[in-house]
Amino acid sequence: MPDTITLQVARYRPESESAPTLQEYEVPLREEWAVLDGLNYVKDHLDGTLSFRWSCRMGICGSCGMTVNGDPALTCGTFLTDYAPGPVRVEPLANFPVIRDLVVEIDDFLHKLPEVKPWLVRDDDGGVDDVEFLQTPEQLDAYKQYSMCINCMLCYSACPVYGIEPDFLGPAAIALAQRYNLAPATSAHQRLDVLATDAGVWACTYVGECTRACPKGVDPAGAIQRYKLTAAARTLLPWGKR
Amino acid sequence: MTYHQPVPLLWWTRRRSYVVFVLRELSSVAVAWFVVHFLLLVTAVHRGPGAYQEFLDWSARPLILVVNLVALAFVVLHAVTWFNLAPKALVVRVQGQQVPPRMIAAGHFGAWFVVSAIVAWVLVVML
Amino acid sequence: MAGARKPAEPAGRVSTAKPSRVEAAAWLMFSAGGMVTALLVPVLMLLFGVLFPLGVLTPPDHAGFAALLSHQLVRILLLGLCVLALLHWAHRFRYTLFDGLQLDRTRTAINVLCYAAVLAGSVWAAVVLFA
Repeated sequence: MPDTITLQVARYRPESESAPTLQEYEVPLREEWAVLDGLNYVKDHLDGTLSFRWSCRMGICGSCGMTVNGDPALTCGTFLTDYAPGPVRVEPLANFPVIRDLVVEIDDFLHKLPEVKPWLVRDDDGGVDDVEFLQTPEQLDAYKQYSMCINCMLCYSACPVYGIEPDFLGPAAIALAQRYNLAPATSAHQRLDVLATDAGVWACTYVGECTRACPKGVDPAGAIQRYKLTAAARTLLPWGKR
Repeated sequence: MTYHQPVPLLWWTRRRSYVVFVLRELSSVAVAWFVVHFLLLVTAVHRGPGAYQEFLDWSARPLILVVNLVALAFVVLHAVTWFNLAPKALVVRVQGQQVPPRMIAAGHFGAWFVVSAIVAWVLVVML
Repeated sequence: MAGARKPAEPAGRVSTAKPSRVEAAAWLMFSAGGMVTALLVPVLMLLFGVLFPLGVLTPPDHAGFAALLSHQLVRILLLGLCVLALLHWAHRFRYTLFDGLQLDRTRTAINVLCYAAVLAGSVWAAVVLFA
């Protein structure tokens, strides 16, 4: 195994450039180093001007999503040795506007997330005295995987529909909606106005890349597909519960 | 100023999985071609035995045969991807237990086989 | 800050949208068409497109086939197959154009053309099958 590996890192300095360029850095190649460790080595030893987001280094915070050799990935969970002998191309998440270097603007996603009311919504507002909602393990299993989302936005980066139609509500938001739709203590039709729209589930053509990109085993493509059936039944059938 | 990353016009040529996706979507053209070919067949049958034979001869011409072979490949791709995705939209519960997605897909493939066998039996053996 | 960066989309845009019954119906027909074509079209395409023309298998003889095609139930089922197959095509094909060729701006025109083709094809199918 060679001692070093080349990182080709996308740089974008809005004050002096109109488009990103690639800059090469030689970083140590160590068995236990993730791409994020390579970037931190650059930041600490080679070039302090490089900007990127990261926090937990353990696949929980969802901050360090980038495009590694063309694939959306959490850089803390993607190891340099898997790309040896290199080079490794590190670019910002696709489909998002770039603020600087590897930092993308996430405002659009942050506006969409609360649109789907990601909390328990009930028809009968029982008040705070009666807040214990019991559920069986089977009921938990029905939605548990959707609750594993860490908002890393890799699925938006992998979704070509979101790239072409920025209005699209997108994989993570719809998966999160399904997480609350399928919870036994909630009324699912509350989110119909947001989900069963042209920019909601109907924009999805099931490319399926969101599910493949997810680092937490969430299946947003499946969530969307399943909600299409629900949405069709609720909007078209006279006996569909409105 | 933020930099907006452009989406290339033919974005789907950049990834194998995107290419497969676009091929799957284009299978709809083969489905439409099937309707055209089939209605031409029915027209020929209604016109009489001569027209029917003429239609079969026309279909055996290399160009039409190649078109039909390509269409066949696409409709098979459609069927396989369709049945594989069926369990994504269809979540079936039997006595509170969720039926495993693989069982649902297998059920669809089984139905495909049975339907195909019946159609083939009617057209090849019965008639 | 002075509004230096505005969000990619104005907040709240999604919530003002209404559930689309038209898209729901289009998708339901696409799905129904997808199911019947997946079950029936491969075998029909294999037989009438390849094996019968090549003579690998003996094609149905004319008298029996014509009798089958003039049975009312068969006519209705085949019309259903053709119409659903066309509806399946229209939905999938228009989205292939929207996304695959990024023709999002001509959405309305593509929708009209695709479903006009479905209507024309359905009329043709009815005329041919019930001739």
